[in-house]
Amino acid sequence: MKGQAIQLQTPLSESDVRNLRRGDVVEITGMIYTGRDAVHKYLHDGGESPVDLNGSIIYHCGPVMVQENGVWVVKAAGPTTSIREEPYQGDLIRKFNIRGVIGKGGMGKKTLDACREHGCVYLHAIGGAAQVLAERIVRVDKVDFLEKFGSPEAIWHLVADKFPAVVTMDAHGDSLHEEVEGISRQKLESLF
Amino acid sequence: MKTSKKRPSVVRKTKKAGKSNLDPKILEATFLEIIRRTSCELPGDALNAIRAGQKREKPSSLGKYALGVVLENVELARKNSLPLCQDTGTVTFYIKHPHEIDESVLKRAASAATAKATAMGYLRQNSVDSLTGKNSGNNLGPGSPVFYIETWRNPSMDIRLILKGGGCENVGTQYSLPNVGLKAGRDLDGVEKCILDAVFKAQGKGCGPGILGVCIGGDRASSLSMAKKQFLRPLNDTSDNKDLAKLEKAIVKKSNSLDIGPMGFGGETTVLGCKIGALNRLPASYFVSLSYMCWAYRRQGATVGLDGSLKGWLYPTGAAGGTKTGAKSGKATSAKAKPARTGSVKTKPVKTGSAKKGGRR
Repeated sequence: MKGQAIQLQTPLSESDVRNLRRGDVVEITGMIYTGRDAVHKYLHDGGESPVDLNGSIIYHCGPVMVQENGVWVVKAAGPTTSIREEPYQGDLIRKFNIRGVIGKGGMGKKTLDACREHGCVYLHAIGGAAQVLAERIVRVDKVDFLEKFGSPEAIWHLVADKFPAVVTMDAHGDSLHEEVEGISRQKLESLF
Repeated sequence: MKTSKKRPSVVRKTKKAGKSNLDPKILEATFLEIIRRTSCELPGDALNAIRAGQKREKPSSLGKYALGVVLENVELARKNSLPLCQDTGTVTFYIKHPHEIDESVLKRAASAATAKATAMGYLRQNSVDSLTGKNSGNNLGPGSPVFYIETWRNPSMDIRLILKGGGCENVGTQYSLPNVGLKAGRDLDGVEKCILDAVFKAQGKGCGPGILGVCIGGDRASSLSMAKKQFLRPLNDTSDNKDLAKLEKAIVKKSNSLDIGPMGFGGETTVLGCKIGALNRLPASYFVSLSYMCWAYRRQGATVGLDGSLKGWLYPTGAAGGTKTGAKSGKATSAKAKPARTGSVKTKPVKTGSAKKGGRR
């Protein structure tokens, strides 16, 4: 982390993404789409996307949503564990031109390869910080697949204002998760 | 004949005594406030440990940044009376009560409060039928909530609650010693290797820095439940057993030397505490069971009067300013505070706030 957070505005261009390095702290403003298990499987199996994902950010999140006076409101919106989407994510990045993935815990080699080849980054949101993250979502524009997949699995169109995250897998093939795991494995072995 | 005549009268007397004192409505309100507070307010011991961790992390490091967001989150959740994390987890009650109180009355009140807390948004709809995948919608169902209930001789009740999310629950584990892969034998050195291995494997997944609950021995089932029960201990206490106290301290130090750090970003704060218990075992078995709790160390408890009213909190929140409910310290607050507590539940429900800009309340 080097001082101030890097400001990102969606949709992202390839050069926006290529300029980021693992360890950068970013703040995202603009549209973010949620999508987790059901959405990833559906799109991977050939389903049509109800939204234009070109240059988009997909957020692995099952938010707590409440309708108040006909308006959807985000009550809590922390990230869910991303590794479950590993079988699908890389293919979807390429197919739909996704430029950013937000989640928790990092992802595997397939996704890292797709990030490098296509130009995409993995952004780690702070796990459990459901209130801070919900506060940075200023508006809910729309929802797709609410009936089909249920609220936690639907595609929510969230308008973010300075949504904080850390680049942990960049478009240059570097993964902070791989790095920390390597260091900690060595330290563990030296303790044994 | 004499004894058979005596027995039923004793039973009847006992039941009467329970019924005449306990007000199920008051008890339900007490349960509801315990749930609200557990979901929305981090106990002071955990908060202090996170603050200390944040101070320890290097300036401009990702670990320091992550813990800063966490601390901001804790303050927001408390201020707005909203859940710390969207995964409000498994609802697990630990209750001690005098024998004259009927266990079923306690379960009914706890279940009713759980359903109400779910409707009010303090708990996420988190109970799913394992075969059909259907969500019960109110956190009730077979095994939900979880109850550990025992009687004691004190003239009051001790009601505690742990809310533990899926991310951290999934990295809990159980080892059987000896373990060839870890070169872990059937001694405390072997136990230490198992725990450190579990900490390594949990990195990035359990929303660290975490708290470890461990049990040495028991059978498979009793061992895991004992491991989780360790979370009821204050974070800064010391085990009565000298060897375990030493091991707990060593585990914290060694875990924090692995450079896993908050969220697995690297850094010095990997675990906030380690609590180890032990149960006797069969000669053939040597289990090491481990439960991992995320930084959102949601556990709270209260001393509850025999009428069901809340007498005082067992884990001080320690947050600056406290809440309307008053209890900044763990010392008993007056029973008169009860209506205010119920009131605070009613005046700060998650669903009542209107959102002008479509943002959060």
